[in-house]
Amino acid sequence: MSEPVIDVPTFTELQAAAGAAFVTELVSTFLEEAPPMLAELRSAQAAGAADAFRRAAHSLKSNSHTFGATRLGALARDLELGGLIAGSGPLDDLEAEYQRVAAALRALCRG
Amino acid sequence: MAERGARLLVTDDNKVNRLLLTRSLELQGHRVASAENGRVALEMLRGEAFDLLLLDMEMPELNGFQVLEQMVGDAKLRDLPVIVTSSLEGVAHVVRCLELGADDYLHKPVNPVVLKARINSSLEKKRLRDQQKEMIKRFATSEVAEDLQQSGFALGGRRVRATVMFSDIRGFTALVEAQPAEETIELLNTYYTLMFDAISGHGGVVNQMIGDGLMAIFGAPLPLAEASLAAVRAALDMVEMIDLFNQDRVALNKEPIRIGIGIASGEVVAGYTGTQQRATYTCIGDTVNLAARLEAHTKVAGRNILMDGETQVALGDRVPLEPLGEVQFKGKAAEVPIFAVKERT
Repeated sequence: MSEPVIDVPTFTELQAAAGAAFVTELVSTFLEEAPPMLAELRSAQAAGAADAFRRAAHSLKSNSHTFGATRLGALARDLELGGLIAGSGPLDDLEAEYQRVAAALRALCRG
Repeated sequence: MAERGARLLVTDDNKVNRLLLTRSLELQGHRVASAENGRVALEMLRGEAFDLLLLDMEMPELNGFQVLEQMVGDAKLRDLPVIVTSSLEGVAHVVRCLELGADDYLHKPVNPVVLKARINSSLEKKRLRDQQKEMIKRFATSEVAEDLQQSGFALGGRRVRATVMFSDIRGFTALVEAQPAEETIELLNTYYTLMFDAISGHGGVVNQMIGDGLMAIFGAPLPLAEASLAAVRAALDMVEMIDLFNQDRVALNKEPIRIGIGIASGEVVAGYTGTQQRATYTCIGDTVNLAARLEAHTKVAGRNILMDGETQVALGDRVPLEPLGEVQFKGKAAEVPIFAVKERT
């Protein structure tokens, strides 16, 4: 857990390429879109819907990498490649990491 | 840069990805539309013209692979460049996309510099392909252009039955000497436009233009029902168009022009000749020589349209003809019967 929640060079590179104001908007889109993805993972797990589970994890992974949320991306990747898992442990970890990422992104956008 | 301002379609079910990709491309000067899944993307592609598609793979409703599969089967979309942007892992996915016709596969998150380079390269390739298609179209019907595209310019010949037509302007050399050069070129351009219209209107293909003469093929490379009849009807249209054209010329105190047309039917050896870079579709054989001789003979016979016996048999009585006896042509062992279209007086 020594790596930062957000890899700042990745984030500032994104700001430089797309514009800081645009990235702020993009972050708020992500913060709107991510909770439904997390909820989708839960419900797909409960329903045993492997495809939906993989797709939600895949989307979350992809967006995490965009913002430099390295650890969140790695957790999502494990779920994408691992497929449906038993137990709520990995999803709990993912949600906890997402809360940290959300807070860090908000802070970066204010900064 | 020529690549600026291209019309691109971004397809991604993930809103963050879609917005970011759209933004990057807009910053590069392109006009960008977006679709949230494969089904919507195909609808948009079929409804309006795009220069390039950026395609995500993992999508609900219709995924990227299915979009690529549908595009391969659609003549209008087959040539649209596609760059896949995906975070699917594994070389197998990349290979499958390329096999389905994608130009490129970029892993997400996509580096904007790499994206720009790949897009420009794809657009440049598309521009060259469009140019090539345009060139082919100028000399061929859309069916032939399609055949060329699909066969990938396979050089090589085959024997086919076809009708060959030669046409030229009579007394053209004297005409050239009597008028300024600009006027000659303008005359030729009008003449060719009229002749091309008449020939392609009946399913023929103009495959050679030399000075004031042209050669056209009916029934090859693609089969044409009633190729002989189509050629004769095209010839009648050509003569009629020249008559109309002459009314304008006479009104301008210019000499009217006359054309001679020779038509022969039979077996020809047809194929693309040349190199991969520069190929033309052509026909060779006795039938071709005979059509050329008949065209030259129009001056002797004083008729606009002459044809061989095989064309006459194929026509039956659908076009009024007049037999002109048998003629000994150079390069022919025996005399051949020739026929003229009865001219309206």
